[in-house]
Amino acid sequence: MKTNVIEQAVIADPDARLAHEIKERQRARDKRARLLKHLFLVILSFVMIYPLLWLVASSLKPENEIFGDLGLWPSSFEWSNYTEGWNALPVSFTVFYKNSAIVTVLSVIGNLLSCSFAAYAFARLRFDGRTFFFGLMMMTMMLPYHVVLIPQYVLFLELGWVDTYLPLIVPRFLAADGFFIFLMVQFFRQIPRELDEAAMIDGCSPFKIYWAVILPLSLPAMGTAAIFSLIWVWEDFLAPLIYLNDVQSYTVPLALRMFIDQEGQSAFGQMFAMSVLSLVPVLIFFVAFQKLIIRGIATSGMK
Amino acid sequence: MRKFFRRNTAGYVFLTPWLVGFFFLALGPILVSLYLSFTRYDMVSAPVWDGLGNYRYMFEYDRRFWKALEVTFTFVAFSVPLRLAAALGVAMLLDKGLRTIGVYRAIFYLPSLLGASIAIALLWREMFGLNGVINQVLAMVGITGKGWITDPDTSIYTIVVLAMWQFGSPMLIFLAGLRGIPRDLYEAAEIDGTSRFRQFRRITLPMLAPVIFFNLVLQTIEAFKTFTSAFIISNGTGAPADSLLFYTVYLFNEAFKFFRMGYASALAWVLLLIIAAFTALAFATSKYWVHYENERD
Repeated sequence: MKTNVIEQAVIADPDARLAHEIKERQRARDKRARLLKHLFLVILSFVMIYPLLWLVASSLKPENEIFGDLGLWPSSFEWSNYTEGWNALPVSFTVFYKNSAIVTVLSVIGNLLSCSFAAYAFARLRFDGRTFFFGLMMMTMMLPYHVVLIPQYVLFLELGWVDTYLPLIVPRFLAADGFFIFLMVQFFRQIPRELDEAAMIDGCSPFKIYWAVILPLSLPAMGTAAIFSLIWVWEDFLAPLIYLNDVQSYTVPLALRMFIDQEGQSAFGQMFAMSVLSLVPVLIFFVAFQKLIIRGIATSGMK
Repeated sequence: MRKFFRRNTAGYVFLTPWLVGFFFLALGPILVSLYLSFTRYDMVSAPVWDGLGNYRYMFEYDRRFWKALEVTFTFVAFSVPLRLAAALGVAMLLDKGLRTIGVYRAIFYLPSLLGASIAIALLWREMFGLNGVINQVLAMVGITGKGWITDPDTSIYTIVVLAMWQFGSPMLIFLAGLRGIPRDLYEAAEIDGTSRFRQFRRITLPMLAPVIFFNLVLQTIEAFKTFTSAFIISNGTGAPADSLLFYTVYLFNEAFKFFRMGYASALAWVLLLIIAAFTALAFATSKYWVHYENERD
């Protein structure tokens, strides 16, 4: 019935015929395109995660199979790679994980506090020199870490902080990572100003407004910042490499690197097993907070 | 005076942590670094003023400096366009006509989160090794592989591939940008019978220019700063035959292996100037190819 109506319209009106033809052609093309697209994307997905699958598979394979066999399924599951890898280095991974956890947790707290302070000032408070300092902050984001590395090292050496966690943690309490400030500024600006003004009329201090109005409304931004800083600090390699000399205080990335230093050809399975474990926290946070992460990138437009 | 304080106190109180950090961790170190770059300094005795000595040595005699520049520029020249092209291509595939993009998006983004880790660098070392999985795949199609990392001619491309593998983060930014292009532009073009390629040239590219520009600047800076993967894959030295001597790896070794802090500071300043020059170049040329929509008059 319906097709009849269309057919009649098509016969009667050349414009309708054209429109109808275009639509039909488009629909057929879209369907074919969609199938092809899915096929391509599935293959690409496989290529993209293949390295990770290979890593996991190799961590479970017997040593002689890792480089001899393309298949992902191990002939026998060598869980011993994990149990033995955990204690394969002079110091147990229990210590490395504890160290990494201390550095990471304190760094995340530092980042959230100091960056939200700065972001609140930039986004909400009026003071002389605000635009000037905001510009400076944006410029520091571009600054390569290697340029400030040597003077920072000299400074921390003078302070007696080398071989402690202070050079890794204190900068985070001083809002050293402009990316998070920028992310929070973007978010704070979206909060209606009327809320601050109402609170101010009620006699709230700027700190009260920050604490009771801005922060509670910014939980998604705080969450995004927390997850990113957690992952980056967890994976950070350069700063620990420079500041930590004692194996007892090594973080997980430094410990992993020890596997290639002692390249006793036979430890690849263990090395891969510990590599897999080091990625597990990142993976868990990614799966759990995927939405926040992706939205964070879209709003800040970075990283 | 009182009014001045009332106006400014709150702002500066909240800004204090950042201000302290800015002066002690950014501005101060930059200036100190500039001073040190004119000295010889081994961290044991005080810095000795050497004028332009470091810079003269660097440009006139230091072969490894030029090698490091060559390696880094090669890497930037290959990895940035390839990564951005992959990011844009996949973003366009995901943008139109698919209802479920969540899973793909997650899978493509994941390497960007993991790529900077030691675990992935170690994995890459072994995957591209002589007996690695890459050669096994090649053997299946009848190609005899080689040690891609131990061969100085190919080693850098293993890191280019690693960089490409991480196209996920610019892809997300492109996706957000594509969402901002009004759909009716494409519909109008479709009715006019404009080909897909022409639509891309005439609609997508110009509308996306600001986002492409933004990604280009950001990714170029990131590429110049690449360190961890090159450091791990070359075992900290830039080997084989300095083919993985990324600028940052060279700088690190000069500073923390040989303790030539003055020279390393000079290297750091040159890197800063290179990055600044590229950023300035991008901004200076942007008015020829980036048009912001709200600028229309």
